[in-house]
Amino acid sequence: MKTLHRHLLTAIAVASLAACSSVPLDSQAPVESRTGSTVVPGAGSGSGANSAGTSQTRVAPVDVTGTSNVNFTNLPKVVYFDFDSYVVKDDYRPVIEANAKALASNRRMHMSVQGHTDDRGSSEYNLALGQRRAEAVVKSLTLLGADPTQLEAVSFGEERPAVQGENEEAWAKNRRAELASR
Amino acid sequence: MQIGFNPLSQIQLSRRSACGSLLALAAWPAAAQFRVEISGVGATQLPIAIVRFRDEDKASQSPSAIIRADLERSGAFRAVDPGGASLDETSRPDMSQWRGRAADALVAGSVTRLADGRFDVRFKLWDVVKGNEIGGQSNAVDASELRLAAHRIADFIYEKLTGEKGVFSTRIAYVARSGQRHTLRVADADGENGQVALNSPQPIISPAWSPDGKELAYVSFERQKAVVFVHNVATGARRPIADFRGSNSAPAWAPDGERLVVTLSREGGSQLFTIGKNGGEPRRLTSSPAIDTEAEYTGDGRWIYFTSDRGGAPQIYRMAAGGGGAERVTFSGAYNISPAVSPDGKTLAYVTRSGNAFRLVVLDLATPGAQPQPITDTSDDEHPSFAPNGRLLIYATRAGGRSVLMTTTLDGKIKARLPSQTADLREPVWGPYGR
Repeated sequence: MKTLHRHLLTAIAVASLAACSSVPLDSQAPVESRTGSTVVPGAGSGSGANSAGTSQTRVAPVDVTGTSNVNFTNLPKVVYFDFDSYVVKDDYRPVIEANAKALASNRRMHMSVQGHTDDRGSSEYNLALGQRRAEAVVKSLTLLGADPTQLEAVSFGEERPAVQGENEEAWAKNRRAELASR
Repeated sequence: MQIGFNPLSQIQLSRRSACGSLLALAAWPAAAQFRVEISGVGATQLPIAIVRFRDEDKASQSPSAIIRADLERSGAFRAVDPGGASLDETSRPDMSQWRGRAADALVAGSVTRLADGRFDVRFKLWDVVKGNEIGGQSNAVDASELRLAAHRIADFIYEKLTGEKGVFSTRIAYVARSGQRHTLRVADADGENGQVALNSPQPIISPAWSPDGKELAYVSFERQKAVVFVHNVATGARRPIADFRGSNSAPAWAPDGERLVVTLSREGGSQLFTIGKNGGEPRRLTSSPAIDTEAEYTGDGRWIYFTSDRGGAPQIYRMAAGGGGAERVTFSGAYNISPAVSPDGKTLAYVTRSGNAFRLVVLDLATPGAQPQPITDTSDDEHPSFAPNGRLLIYATRAGGRSVLMTTTLDGKIKARLPSQTADLREPVWGPYGR
């Protein structure tokens, strides 16, 4: 299975469709099919960034009977926080458990945890608060079996809101940590 | 009260040409308002009459209007209507007439175009009460420096009449955000003459002037995480000085200009470190299990004020510049952030949260038991920064659905909104003397 996964990584590297992605975690990543083959989006059609000949003919086989990254793209990816808090609430235990399980079952998987805040208060305190949120999620993941080396906590503070707006509904959606492929 | 000056088409044209290629980056509004909005009345304001400078309409800027706006924004002066008076620096004004207008001081001058294309700006300042001449100057400048020449005259007047240095010829830096574009800008202290120092598709925060006013440290997210850069404003040369694992942020210069204090998360948490102005190995200053950030040196370099949530919620603390134990400074309110210390170390400005309002307050550090005084009635105040003479603060707040920059006197009585474009303006910081 590890070998198969390495093939998959190679295919993605060649295709280089997802600029910062080394594992198939986002929507631009290869589509896994139930027949055990992988279709790289854009490959063979001449569209997208990869018009190089080699990538258009390469097909990396994928074993879908493994449990490592099947349905990983469907895992919940966001943990929300209370105002000025970096406590991971019990509501998000399923998010942490699912992602920790995926990481524990595939040590090659790496994730970046990005902390965010609402736009009230200072940009610098919010940057630190976002960092705290990201580190809290990383700690929760490692307590449930992920390895610290699989994870990096970073913060964007209030600089990348999920939604615009100056009301509690918008603020609540912006106080979050997002798990992303790395 | 609103004091509006007639927007001269020449001013618009000159600003457009001066900004040249920057226009492409920063969509200059077609109808930029050349005006200062002042709300409130100061306690003691010196009444001063500023007569239109002879032939100033032949130049691209109006020195008398710039000087008047500067002095009014300071809170220390009140402009007296000069009526239709026609005077220049060579005149012998009838002091009884100006006493009749209740003016305590009088300014007149002239603008003369020289053969080499420069402008000779001359002025004289009179004490109307004593009936004597206080002083005057002559300054030959390029057309692009007419505003600066006017700001320097305002500084001269301010210093002669208040005994303190003026800050009108200093510069400010701030960040403009428009859609996905982020620009670090440098402008005159009145918000005019803005120029782009850095244009980025990623956020920029926390600009900080070096003590010599030549460099800006700031945090840029251009590498998809927070990295501290130092940037020479005149040359555009820039260098990352803190790019460690995690987030690197909140730069503040030591008064000697050799080191900065920064917030790093490379060892977990957000902790304070010092680092050389060219980078290198940082030295850790705080060791708390909490957030320590937003550090700022006092003017004498002995202390560092910073924000920490080590007590369970963010409060402002103070410690020796070399690190060690910290003492809590703010006790009123459960959420106090963004400390700014006056140059004399006697006043602390910061932002306090009350309900959903984030409000700028000042705290008298020299008086034991003093309570923080709110000086705004807005609810999204951010990022206060002292003028180098300690008499004004610049800060960001929300007005009309966007982020704007304001200056205020320390008593909150005189506020001016800096001219803004369509962009959100944030993260203002006032530069040092010495321009």
